Amino acid sequence: MNEWKMISSSPHVRHEDSTSSIMLDVLIALLPASIIGVNNFGFPAFLLILICIAACVGTEWLFQYLTKRTITIGDFSAVVTGLLLALNLPPSLPWWMAVLGSVFAILVVKQLFGGIGQNFMNPALAARCFLLLSFSKAMTTFSYDAVTTATPLALLKSGESVDVFRMFMGSTAGTIGETSAAALLIGGIYLIVKRVIDIRIPLAYIGSFSVCILLYSLIGRGEIDLTFLAAHLCGGGLMLGAIFMATDYVTSPITPKGRLIYGVILGILTFVLRSPWNPTLAAEGVSYSILCGNLLVPIIERFTVPKSFGKGAEKLE
Amino acid sequence: MNKFGERLKNGIITENPTFVQILGMCPTLAVTTSAINGLGMGLSTTVILIMSNLMIAMLRKVIPNRIRIPAYIVIIASFVTIVDFLLQAYLPELSESLGGYIKLIVVNCIILGRAEAYASKNPVAASAFDGLGMGLGFTIGLTAIGMVRELIGAGTFFGMTIPGYQPIGIFVLSPGAFLVMAFLIAFLNSRRRKSGKAAVSDTICRTEDCMHCSNTSCGGRFYDFDGETDMVGRLAEKQKQEKDTKSGQSQDGEVKQHE
Repeated sequence: MNEWKMISSSPHVRHEDSTSSIMLDVLIALLPASIIGVNNFGFPAFLLILICIAACVGTEWLFQYLTKRTITIGDFSAVVTGLLLALNLPPSLPWWMAVLGSVFAILVVKQLFGGIGQNFMNPALAARCFLLLSFSKAMTTFSYDAVTTATPLALLKSGESVDVFRMFMGSTAGTIGETSAAALLIGGIYLIVKRVIDIRIPLAYIGSFSVCILLYSLIGRGEIDLTFLAAHLCGGGLMLGAIFMATDYVTSPITPKGRLIYGVILGILTFVLRSPWNPTLAAEGVSYSILCGNLLVPIIERFTVPKSFGKGAEKLE
Repeated sequence: MNKFGERLKNGIITENPTFVQILGMCPTLAVTTSAINGLGMGLSTTVILIMSNLMIAMLRKVIPNRIRIPAYIVIIASFVTIVDFLLQAYLPELSESLGGYIKLIVVNCIILGRAEAYASKNPVAASAFDGLGMGLGFTIGLTAIGMVRELIGAGTFFGMTIPGYQPIGIFVLSPGAFLVMAFLIAFLNSRRRKSGKAAVSDTICRTEDCMHCSNTSCGGRFYDFDGETDMVGRLAEKQKQEKDTKSGQSQDGEVKQHE
């Protein structure tokens, strides 16, 4: 055997993790939130999840089949995109809008930019914003127990009181997957323990957002209002975004310092977009802030490249 | 007459300002929320383009080289003012919906570009036809984008409602302008590639040297600016030249390649 022929270029360190195993872990971590969502909103939510997953996988297969590329639906990334998109939709959304969103996510945001690993922003979130801009009425009509009501964040903004414990457990109005902070946290802990995601991004995101909210309540009302903070943390898509969307491998920085900066930017952006001081603006802001953060990732990475060993020492005269 | 026809074809197809040169993006993306807006904007620009090309070609030997840009701007601005007032007087509705973009035609780079690249070096009649061709090319581009955006985003076709269609609102908002523009250019590029021509993005040098060029898709393969050929279609010309020299050396090899 000519063993010297085995010398290859980098990468030299290998690991048994593959795209499909990581995506499976993400799917497992999303299970609690999906179950709570289906339990809350019933059969329509289940159907919407199935439709989104089927449409995403179908679009990916069709595109790759028609353009004679390698079929990559076996890596489950399209399944994750479909599930994440469904969890970001209100359960009462018409099915064809969900299909349209799935096609946009996979075809325009993912495949046209080169497929997995090449998309410049999170496909599921981009599709959510696409639907939000296109069908704003259908996308912002929420109901719970067959009663159309505002989301807890919207209630909070209009000055009404909210039940933080119910928000934490998930029995409130909202999109399918965002209501239960508890279920999302269980999924997040699973991902962090399995080392699928880096704790830096969610920590920096939620941390900087909390600091902003606390400063706001301190300056605006003269006291640190912990209930207000808890309601903001459990409400809206913050947990779903911070744990599952902001940590997307393709659209988040790879440098450790960059991840902290990215998280802090997301936290501040979310606070600004939720703008608790202005009741006329929208109550939600996680989707847009993560998309904006995605676009900043190349710049963040450029400025946080770690120094190579041996570089950066003082030059001797 | 043949030359005039060539100018028209050049403006409408070969060097279409919207889809090939990718010039004048500000009005293209901003006013094409409906087909009628695109048509109005395109025709206004066409009128101004013809008149300014005509005037500049007439004055091309009078205007000193060193102050030619301010002189062009004065001429263009005069015609823009005239068209703006005419629209306000006779088509107030269109003037309202186009808003400030009519005044912004003064700084439209198609007009200044044609003045600099063509009208300042060519006779009057040819320049006028160059303006007409470019203007019609721009009009077709804007109307096409406006039509698609209106159809998908508002569910209407030149104002006529299509029954039973749920509009996808994003297409009349600004992201929709970029999406439609990108898809139309991609479609035209795939057509060009299929017919053996280079795609648009491969063939455009935006400036005279690669260092200041914003087009990175050519990968620096395409720098040989000699100031004589037009900016677009140079790759085709280069290939033709190579082919000529090749066929001069060995015609047999050529035939075999084609088989």
